[in-house]
Amino acid sequence: MGWFIKTFTSSIGKKWLMAITGLSFCGFLTSHLLGNLTLYSGKDAFNSYAEHLHSLGVLISVSEKGLLFFGIIHVLTGLVLFIQNIKSRPVRYSVKKSAGGRTIGSFTMPYTGLVLIAFIVLHLINFHFVDKTGTTIYQIVQEAFSKPVYIIGYIFAMIVVAVHVSHGFWSAFQTLGVNHPKYMPFIRKAGIAFSLIVGLGFGFIPVFISLTI
Amino acid sequence: MTKTLNLTLRVWRQKGPDSAGKLETYDAKNISTDMSFLEMIDVINEQLTLEGKEPIAFDHDCREGICGMCGAVVNGRPHGPEKGTTLCQLHMRHFSDGDTIFIEPWRSRAFKIIKDLAVDRSALDIIIQAGGYVSVNTGGAPDANAIPISQETAEKAMDAAACIGCGACVAACPNASAMLFTSAKISQLALLPQGKPEAAKRAIEMVRTMDKLGFGNCTNERECEAECPKEISIVNIARMNREFFKASFFSDVK
Repeated sequence: MGWFIKTFTSSIGKKWLMAITGLSFCGFLTSHLLGNLTLYSGKDAFNSYAEHLHSLGVLISVSEKGLLFFGIIHVLTGLVLFIQNIKSRPVRYSVKKSAGGRTIGSFTMPYTGLVLIAFIVLHLINFHFVDKTGTTIYQIVQEAFSKPVYIIGYIFAMIVVAVHVSHGFWSAFQTLGVNHPKYMPFIRKAGIAFSLIVGLGFGFIPVFISLTI
Repeated sequence: MTKTLNLTLRVWRQKGPDSAGKLETYDAKNISTDMSFLEMIDVINEQLTLEGKEPIAFDHDCREGICGMCGAVVNGRPHGPEKGTTLCQLHMRHFSDGDTIFIEPWRSRAFKIIKDLAVDRSALDIIIQAGGYVSVNTGGAPDANAIPISQETAEKAMDAAACIGCGACVAACPNASAMLFTSAKISQLALLPQGKPEAAKRAIEMVRTMDKLGFGNCTNERECEAECPKEISIVNIARMNREFFKASFFSDVK
């Protein structure tokens, strides 16, 4: 097993871990967004979606554990990379300029990531580990988004998600070795489109909810 | 038309690998716009020598942009602001009268400063020694073109082989990673039939050696390909990732 550990603790191995877990989060975002879009067609649609989702039973609890496991890998590997990358340049430049390679997404990656982990914890406390007896999930959402602090916080977090994904999506493909003049331009555009869809799709939920009260 | 410039230089001065360094200010007067950046430093060094001061140590050799010896971070950009240009091929006409120019050495944990702007880049040689070779049979010279290689493949290998090993990718990388260098050295051999027998061992050994030497990790910031004087693409990094994948999971190399 020595080779296995050596492979995944190498610089490329750590990149793979970030890419595979990150891409699976893109998959999660897609399904989560598709589900949440039912919010836009009203209370009943959303409540029945939530009911159907929970009736999946073991499938859901397996996915939840899988996401948690991937989340731990993504965060821990990300932190290790962050610390190693700071250490790899002990004396910084007095003047450093970009040559145009970096994007807002790429150079804020560790910071947007830390914001997202804080958001995810709060998000789970608000909507997942909340007492659901005698109420519906729609009411919980409606109540949360009646507070301006929640609306602003949520929209901010969705902008952060979009920024994080705008680099993460294409970067995962590059890391997995999928870089080719034929399809890389498409992957890059798809990443931007995906981050916009995620940002707008989720970001407008609190606006929509607060307008329909 | 030749003009002259008066510039203020802020140059990193450091006596030796373990001494503390700092930026010193020098006036560069009547600098011809026809001079290269290194010729401008030559002029400053003449002045310093006449004043009885220590001249600025900097690396240089061919001054034709092909050897990979020169390089400094000029105003925050390795090899200066021009695209696809080494420092020796950067000319003073790209600067304006009255400019302040910051000149710093490559900065990475894996590159120790020898003196001033001269940096020890032998870490890059150690990466090549770990696997950047092919095995050839002894005996008579083989026939040219005995092994068929397509024009496209030969061009790709040549694009990777254009790497002069100057270290600008490491200097430009926000993480001081040597991925672009290592990927170019792996790619140029991985693409050709001559490099195939050692492909798996090469990918694994070179990547592990790169990690051991204290370079950072790649986060796909793309600063390296933007600064590379030979404009080597990060397509090579993706190829290295594939080579490393094949070698790790489908070869006998442990």
